[in-house]
Amino acid sequence: MIGRAGSVTCRELVELVTDYLEGALPRGDRKRFERHIAACDGCTAYIEQIRLTIAATGELKEEEIEPAAREALLAAFRGWNQDRGA
Amino acid sequence: MLRVARLHVRDRAVAEEVVQETWLAVLNGIDRFEGRSSLKTWIFRILSNRAKTRGEREGRSVPFSALFAAEATDGEPAVDVDRFLGPDHPRTPYAWANPPRAWTQEQVITRETLDVLRSAIEELPPAQREVIRLRDIEGWSAEEVAAALDVTDVNQRVLLHRARSRVRAALECYLDPEMEQAR
Repeated sequence: MIGRAGSVTCRELVELVTDYLEGALPRGDRKRFERHIAACDGCTAYIEQIRLTIAATGELKEEEIEPAAREALLAAFRGWNQDRGA
Repeated sequence: MLRVARLHVRDRAVAEEVVQETWLAVLNGIDRFEGRSSLKTWIFRILSNRAKTRGEREGRSVPFSALFAAEATDGEPAVDVDRFLGPDHPRTPYAWANPPRAWTQEQVITRETLDVLRSAIEELPPAQREVIRLRDIEGWSAEEVAAALDVTDVNQRVLLHRARSRVRAALECYLDPEMEQAR
């Protein structure tokens, strides 16, 4: 995935962050990635921003089921239960 | 479930029917569940299949697979290219010209920042929006999301990458407005 044998540039690195965090980078690429961030404040800050973005997204709560949809679903369950009991 | 169904069928009432049918199919078929995947994965596979069939019958103009494919291959970079040095820079081509700043946790979990985050997610294309919701809001695994949405692992990751990159950029635009003048 990383073109040149030697190193990875900052512009390439920002496109590899998700593969890195997901554990999907091949071993060699992973080493180059880690070597780069160890020496680069900009990319270190970038990855930290991505981590904080993920953490903050986790703070968002999902909306509740709408009452009408809930009623319809409960009615369908009741029907299923009766069919089964019969 | 309703949101996942609506990726396949446009009409909300039809999507609600699909969700109901899915639950009934789950209840009727639970004895046949073999535990080879998680229960969640199994339920969402039933949902996806049913929704897809209904979507085809409904004649959606854009097939679902095309929606994912288009979003996974659009070429927008994670970070504006103007933030980096050019290829001709004598020492460090493609390094940061305008590097990001360090954020603190306190900064990103204020109510205002979370509002910005929520609208940034709302504005994402549908497949990206669903992937980031399931992964980062609801905490599903990559495998569960790929199965529920019927995409490959690679495409799941590409969609997640685009979604997170855009949301980060939106947060930066709010927290460090001077950084994003080029966007």
